[in-house]
Amino acid sequence: MSAFASHYTYWITVLLMAAGLYIVIARGNLVKKLIGLSIFQTSVYLLYIAPGKLIGGTAPILSESYKVYSNPLPHVLILTAIVVGIATLALGLAIVVRIREAYGSIEEDEIVAADAGRGERE
Amino acid sequence: MIAEHLPALQVVVPLAAAPLIVLLRHPGIAWALAVAASVFAFGASVALALEVARTGVISYAMGNWPPPWGIEYRVDALSAFVLVLVSAIGALVAPYAWRSVAAELPRAQHYLFYAVYCLCLAGLLGMTITGDAFNLFVFMEIASLSMYVLIALGRDRRALLASYQYLVLGTIGATFYVIGVGLLYLATGTLNIADLAARLPQIGGTRPVLAALSFITVGVSLKLALFPLHLWLPNAYAYAPSAATALLAATATKVSVYVLLRFYFTVFGAALVVDALPVSEILIGLSIAAVVTASLVALWQANLKRLLAYSSVAQIGYITLGVGLATRDGLTAAVVHLFNHGITKGALFLLVGGIALRAGGVGFERLQGLARTMPLTCLGVTLAGLSLIGVPGTAGFISKWYLVLGALEAGHWWLAGLVVLTSLIAVAYVWRFVEAAYLSEPPAGKASAGEAPWSMLVVSWALVAACIWFGFDTSFTVGGAQRAALLMLGGAP
Repeated sequence: MSAFASHYTYWITVLLMAAGLYIVIARGNLVKKLIGLSIFQTSVYLLYIAPGKLIGGTAPILSESYKVYSNPLPHVLILTAIVVGIATLALGLAIVVRIREAYGSIEEDEIVAADAGRGERE
Repeated sequence: MIAEHLPALQVVVPLAAAPLIVLLRHPGIAWALAVAASVFAFGASVALALEVARTGVISYAMGNWPPPWGIEYRVDALSAFVLVLVSAIGALVAPYAWRSVAAELPRAQHYLFYAVYCLCLAGLLGMTITGDAFNLFVFMEIASLSMYVLIALGRDRRALLASYQYLVLGTIGATFYVIGVGLLYLATGTLNIADLAARLPQIGGTRPVLAALSFITVGVSLKLALFPLHLWLPNAYAYAPSAATALLAATATKVSVYVLLRFYFTVFGAALVVDALPVSEILIGLSIAAVVTASLVALWQANLKRLLAYSSVAQIGYITLGVGLATRDGLTAAVVHLFNHGITKGALFLLVGGIALRAGGVGFERLQGLARTMPLTCLGVTLAGLSLIGVPGTAGFISKWYLVLGALEAGHWWLAGLVVLTSLIAVAYVWRFVEAAYLSEPPAGKASAGEAPWSMLVVSWALVAACIWFGFDTSFTVGGAQRAALLMLGGAP
């Protein structure tokens, strides 16, 4: 198998990473930015988990009949990272809800325009 | 028995205080618990620092799982020093917060403030004490998420936008960091920092290792607000509640600097980072840009809090300049300034919180003639301002002195000149406060309500006194920083 095909998980990772980061930068809608951020974080899950799997490997169960084990540690790490990601997304959405209450909009340019009249002295 | 578990308790006590506060809800009890937890953390960190000074390195196996399999907590000369700074600021801001939070937040939110305050402190202490790269990421996120909440608690609606922007940029930074750690894990098969440091030299500067170094550098630079990745900082500091600003400004970016130092000098090693790659040149270039542009921008701010926030970006530039020099004196300067700037900015933001409470805002037009109604506060701001400039006899001077020594040691005499020149810009922006407070007439018909509450003044002045004290007695700051610099450059701990 060529290096390209055998490392396809890395290509997916890079694609997700770039797509997520692009959405964060290019979109002005605060919810869409958070969606991009989530995709960006998800790419990391794949980066960790994919190399932990050995083809033909099993969960690490001590037994005579299993010889090849997959590494369980990346899964555990990513469970933690998923929790962190959910907490971040939840907090981000909660802040967006409060921004909508305060400004009546979730478009970045409209929000910035709404504050433009206020001096920085306040 | 208890003493042996201090490294764990250091983090666990503030962490456990947070849910307890949420359960009990009463503002008074919440405050008392937050003060108790942060004072305990300070006591623990002092005890750990004394122990480290006596025995070298403390290694604590979490849950009795021996490292590198279990998570290791590791205290050495560098982390003990940063722990003392973070927990000292934590223990000072908590008692201060009582009056400040009562004035700035609705009563129903008080317990939430204290709960998040404890979480933030636990996260920052955890980042400093842990010896595991992935565990560091988790603590980084605990600290960051609680900071976003602290900022969003600000009264102004722009606090929400500031918090959102910080959330997006902070998450990108943390994710970059965790990508870097993932690449290191793929390359070495370990997450323990000491273990990483032992295994990395065997694989050398291969491409995954270099990619990991780049990801970690960019991610942590976002967190520590290295120019030009500082854009989240001014709004976050300006609109957060006063007590939160003081905690963030004095500790959050400093702990990120610690993470950068830890990865550069412990994990990757000076041989790869400084000798083989142009990291020094990049850091020095960005630091100069930070110091010059942020100082100039600070000059034109119409609001004292924003002025100090931009000044923070500039002062972080001095710290990273020391890191970039990567000589013994340069690193000493970085670590000393990390501490000195922490206490100086802490003092300034605490005093500004008093002004916000009594004058109703911190725009410069409200500061006119303030010295007549708030003499102690204004004197404090002026003295801490002198430390910000680096006038001899203040803590700031000690940092600048070692920075100049470090620049000369590295053969960059022009850098030494630049450090002195840019301090002159700091003179100009501190003078703006002095001019407004001492030399202007108070606006007619509007009297400020007098001096800040004593509980806030005592705490603020404790830090102002520290700014002066550490300008004369440098045995703790410079001594600690020199031991840390030796440790980073591979000498005896």
